[in-house]
Amino acid sequence: MKENLCKIYCSPHLHSSETTTKIMFYVILSLIPAILGSVYFFGFYVLNVIFVSVISCVLSELLFQILMKRRKVLFDGSSIVTGILLALVLPPRIPLWIAGIGGFLAIFLVKELFGGIGFNIFNPALTARAILLASFPVEMTKFINVFDYSVDAVTSPTPLFIMKENINQSLPSLWNMFIGARAGCIGETSTILLLIGAIFLLSKKVITWHIPISYILTVAILSLIFKEKVFYQIMGGGLILGAFFMATDYVTSPITKKGKIIFGIGCGVITFLIRKAGGYPEGVCYSILFMNMFVPVINRYTIPKKFGSKK
Amino acid sequence: MFKGGVKLLDFKSLSKDEKIEEFKYPEKVIIPLSQHTGIPAKPVVKKGDYVIEGQVIGEIGGFISSYIHSSISGKVIDILPWNLPTNRKSLSIVIESDGEKKSIEKKQREWLKLESNEIINIVREAGIVGLGGAAFPTHVKLTIPEGKKVDFLLINGCECEPFLTCDYRVLKEFTDEVIEGIQIIAKAVNVKDVFIGIESNKIDLLPVLRNSLKNLKIFLNIEIKVLPEKYPQGSEKHLIKSILNREVPSGRLPIDVGCVVFNIQTTLAIKRAVCDGIPLTERVLTCSGLVGKPKNLKVKIGTLISEILNYCEGEVKYGRKIVTGGPMMGIQIANPDVPVLKGTTGILLLPEEKLPEDIQPCIRCGKCIEICPMFLMPSEIGRYVEHGRYDKCEYLNVFDCIECGCCAYICPAKRPLVDFIKCAKLKLRKK
Repeated sequence: MKENLCKIYCSPHLHSSETTTKIMFYVILSLIPAILGSVYFFGFYVLNVIFVSVISCVLSELLFQILMKRRKVLFDGSSIVTGILLALVLPPRIPLWIAGIGGFLAIFLVKELFGGIGFNIFNPALTARAILLASFPVEMTKFINVFDYSVDAVTSPTPLFIMKENINQSLPSLWNMFIGARAGCIGETSTILLLIGAIFLLSKKVITWHIPISYILTVAILSLIFKEKVFYQIMGGGLILGAFFMATDYVTSPITKKGKIIFGIGCGVITFLIRKAGGYPEGVCYSILFMNMFVPVINRYTIPKKFGSKK
Repeated sequence: MFKGGVKLLDFKSLSKDEKIEEFKYPEKVIIPLSQHTGIPAKPVVKKGDYVIEGQVIGEIGGFISSYIHSSISGKVIDILPWNLPTNRKSLSIVIESDGEKKSIEKKQREWLKLESNEIINIVREAGIVGLGGAAFPTHVKLTIPEGKKVDFLLINGCECEPFLTCDYRVLKEFTDEVIEGIQIIAKAVNVKDVFIGIESNKIDLLPVLRNSLKNLKIFLNIEIKVLPEKYPQGSEKHLIKSILNREVPSGRLPIDVGCVVFNIQTTLAIKRAVCDGIPLTERVLTCSGLVGKPKNLKVKIGTLISEILNYCEGEVKYGRKIVTGGPMMGIQIANPDVPVLKGTTGILLLPEEKLPEDIQPCIRCGKCIEICPMFLMPSEIGRYVEHGRYDKCEYLNVFDCIECGCCAYICPAKRPLVDFIKCAKLKLRKK
């Protein structure tokens, strides 16, 4: 008997060069402009936050795999992405230990306990943020002035807060909103830098336009109808970051194009509802988590019609 | 144009300019009795019999079956089950050459004087099956069921699988014969309008075909359609969709939308059977990939693949796999000592890919759903197969899958989606 020279594989015998790790790498690359921008606006402290969050996520993943006695430790870079995204939705002067807890919650609780990559129901970074907001309401809502690099920087309300509470303070100019010179979470402020990353992801076909465009358009249209300041609604809060980087998370968004549009519209409506009628000035985080729960149902009702099913 | 599909690197330049070469007369051939879709042929020779090239050695086993002819002259030395390139076994007739290269008398015929049923009978007796890979008996396809009408005849020259160039070479070198074949098929199925579909990477065939159409006496409206390079353009259903914008209903055949589709080499084989009285005993295939000399070879049916690989300087060693057919739908074989069948379009030596050892989880990116040309949900079917929920796979129309491999090609987690789908089909059929 001749020895087997090669394992027998099923067709196809060609595969694209796309891998899960490569996709995660592209997402990390796409977030670099926003990270650099946040350092420019809020000082080097934000790098510490990102670092702690990423390390916490990676270690939590490792810890879980050791605890579960997985034969092989799987590392595809998704925990790094979660770590960065979590840091980007935290306030700029968040105590580092809170960021550390957040990373643990995101990976251990929200992702791994549900079965790891591909099986979690909720977006890990956003769920961790929601838990932190409920647990540390003071620290999680302390936003600061831009270009104030000191550790105990002067606090400043976010544009959405100003609009919601009608407090006596002028809104930043639209230009400042666009480039990101306004109070807010670490990575959510700069529309232009986030869009650069988003265009990169779209060009690499990592994400499709369906969720972000339907999401942002819904918010825009609702703002027009209810006579809100449209551009402040779009560029304020975390809408750009959420629409392009959070809502498009593969695992927690619908799998078909039609489903993605429904998901985007749903997110838009709930975001606007929370901002307009809810208790918080910002609703992106909760709206995406809310719509995450609908993903299985949306998937079930958007099964594509097979080829040749007309007539 | 059809929705879905993928753009592939075609690797055709390796063998595109290699003229069709006649492979040496084999010393021994192994001719399986089950090379086609349907019932295996019945052997009509015994061990020790003397046969000549073109002699019937296997008789048609039913309606959906085919005759089998000897491809060389010599002695039947054994009749035994042998491995096929499809990794199954079939009763096979082993013939050893006597070196005399004798063949049956070739009867010249005028196809214009033949009736439709006469043509179909000649095709049947010549043992012609679809040479594009599926090997469906051609006489069955030519027999139009009562109540159906054929509006269009489509000639499939897409050859959308990477590496393969045999149909391209045949169309280039035997253009007149292929066009004669088209006219014969058109007469057999009584149709006037013909489309020849080629992919844009074979655009240089356009002047060749036009020239041939100008010089021959043509009784039909033949139009050449240049289609974009997209896999699986050569799938019957997608070819019809691209050329005529008709969608073959799920579970039905092209005839249900008034079309019949024939492969280039099948057309050539029909011409040779009808006009020159030559039964199907050889075919052109491409030997390419990591071989020293990629070639397009005219090979006797039953020649061992190992001999062809040797001739093309393809060294079988660790980390290389042998694939029969194209890289997207072809079958990897464990042992090269298997014979060339009527449906063997290519022999490829490919590098073993670095795929994950364990099955990775689906990250639900939805790319497979986006590109599935049958609009199925391969990722979901895969997940259900992993959990043994085959009933759910049926609900997700797993039987509509054409196993083109686009989903597994694009999958970032490199999940064996075609494996899953084949498994689901098998389990559901067994039930």
